[in-house]
Amino acid sequence: MNSSQPDAISGLAAQKRRGKSFSGVTEIGLSMIQDRKSFFAWLQAAPMMLVFALFFLLPLVFVTIVSAWDYNEYEMIPAFSLRGYTDTFEGCVADLPDLCTILKTYLKTLQLCLMTWSLTLLIGFTVAYFLAFHIRSKTWQIVLTLLCTIPFWTSNVIRMIAWIPLLGRNGLVNNALEGMGLIHQPLEWLLFSEFSVVLALVHLFTFFMVVPIFNSMIRIDKRLIEAAYDAGATGWQTLVNVVIPLSKPGIVIGSIFVITIVMGDFVTIGVMGGEQIASAGKIIETRLNALQFPAAAANAVILLGITILIISALTRIVDIRKEL
Amino acid sequence: MTTTAALELVQLTKRYGSVTAVDAIDLKIPAGSYCCLLGPSGCGKTSTLRMIAGHESATSGDIIVGPKNVTDLPPAARNTAMMFQSYALFPHLSVIDNVAFALKMKGVAKAPRHAEANKLLELVDMQAYAARLPAQLSGGQQQRVALARALITSPQILLLDEPLSALDPFLRLRMRTELKKLQRELGISFIHVTHGQDEAMALADIVVLMNGGRIEQQGSPREIFNHPRTEFTAKFIGGHNVIAVGGETFAVRNDRLLLKKPGEAVAGPSIAGTVSEVEYQGTYVRVAVAADGGADISAQLTESQFDAANYIVGERVLATWDPALASPLKTRNPVTVTSSEQAA
Repeated sequence: MNSSQPDAISGLAAQKRRGKSFSGVTEIGLSMIQDRKSFFAWLQAAPMMLVFALFFLLPLVFVTIVSAWDYNEYEMIPAFSLRGYTDTFEGCVADLPDLCTILKTYLKTLQLCLMTWSLTLLIGFTVAYFLAFHIRSKTWQIVLTLLCTIPFWTSNVIRMIAWIPLLGRNGLVNNALEGMGLIHQPLEWLLFSEFSVVLALVHLFTFFMVVPIFNSMIRIDKRLIEAAYDAGATGWQTLVNVVIPLSKPGIVIGSIFVITIVMGDFVTIGVMGGEQIASAGKIIETRLNALQFPAAAANAVILLGITILIISALTRIVDIRKEL
Repeated sequence: MTTTAALELVQLTKRYGSVTAVDAIDLKIPAGSYCCLLGPSGCGKTSTLRMIAGHESATSGDIIVGPKNVTDLPPAARNTAMMFQSYALFPHLSVIDNVAFALKMKGVAKAPRHAEANKLLELVDMQAYAARLPAQLSGGQQQRVALARALITSPQILLLDEPLSALDPFLRLRMRTELKKLQRELGISFIHVTHGQDEAMALADIVVLMNGGRIEQQGSPREIFNHPRTEFTAKFIGGHNVIAVGGETFAVRNDRLLLKKPGEAVAGPSIAGTVSEVEYQGTYVRVAVAADGGADISAQLTESQFDAANYIVGERVLATWDPALASPLKTRNPVTVTSSEQAA
């Protein structure tokens, strides 16, 4: 599209350099140059394309195909059937107005997702704001941003186990609260509860909010803040009318990270929820363990569909391509 | 329609750590005047403007707008408005929302604030672009929007931070004329920071020439051009030769320097030198002379004056001037032009 113009110009320049050469020869040379250019461009993109095609697109195609296969208790049968889907939604119509298991599970997943998203957004925005507007030196900005990566310095498993001595029945928090006389018996909801799930998710994924929002914020011209102040805006008005609208791309990108990860998560929810909380990811895991691959695949397709819906709704708000 | 107020700075000082950016300046600008703060970069002109605007706190001293001491007031309470360098328009807001921004902050409802903003857009001839985003406008158009946005609060003093520096030379001349016209029509004070002496000369009722955090000289452009008091002023304002004769330094306008051939009668002071360059400039001819003391001086001759003598490079000449038209300079630095011939 755009590249054709510079190419034409460089072609003209090449023609001039060659002087009297026949136009036919020049054209061949030109198209060869173009071919070679685009060949190298494709070559550069090839490794990533290959990885995507082999390990993402192809499996996705398989999953979609398998989701429409039949199965029995111990094997899948390569014949078209929507049993995977119908089994998943079994009883959903009959149970109305009560919610069936799958809908309840998705609602719970969405609820956890919403809680995690709003908390990571709130904390991430605040931290990014602090980094972008209150820290003047670039070095400190980098140092403090790196500090936000601390949760990633250990493996997921170790990190989650580490919560137990802190939040457990006889953990530090309960002991401290009891010691202060604030409570008389240990708080049960600290661990293996929705609270601990959200806590772990927020702890982990706030960083995914901080980075894109910070990236949007440092691009805000500081004079815009002054211009708002000059126009009589209060700090809060400046935040609402200038900073937040201009941070939107970062907010949306961060939200996509957090929402996609949390929607599909089953490890954190499993471990931190004491295997007591059902989630969309957990359903897939259970089906897989039961070797009901078509049903697992059907659930994966449903989850993918819902996640894509959420993301496309988010990208409606902001044209991300403009910001990259 | 609009009211206007005088501005007074009293011993205004700004220090950044140990660096003094603005050093106890006193300045009075009458209501309704066009004032240019002129000076090289780092002279303190922008700091002064930002202190008047309220975007920089004064280390000491006072800023008085009309009858009110505004030194410690926030920008919006000072009856001033600022037009930022490269305009600082809100990129996510349409032209009309940019202009109406201050009214929105005051809680004015959408319909009346858009009506008011439209009036301002009409003033700067930009109504047709009301729905556009700043990025879809040219530099000159952005500037008009920035002007409208600054004017919507009906400020008594408009502060402009290098408003023309982001424009190409052609547009700069046009917007310069428009700024002056707008100031005349609105009748409010404009305080305009610039490092271009031509801009200041063309626009200002009062030029305040700053150097090293102090006011070097202030006055009307004609006063400053005809009576520079310091060597810095004479050099910065341009069009002058700084000549030292007998321990005193004078500034002599290029077009008031006369050249004589050796042997011609010379009335008044003079210095000898060699013609080093002759440049034809259309309306005048510039003759550069390397004075014997080592200084370079240049004379601006009319075409007929030049034709009468027809100086050529390498020729010996005497440069002379009417002492009544030379401005004696207070020099802080040692005299730059040393030895000179003196005629009776």
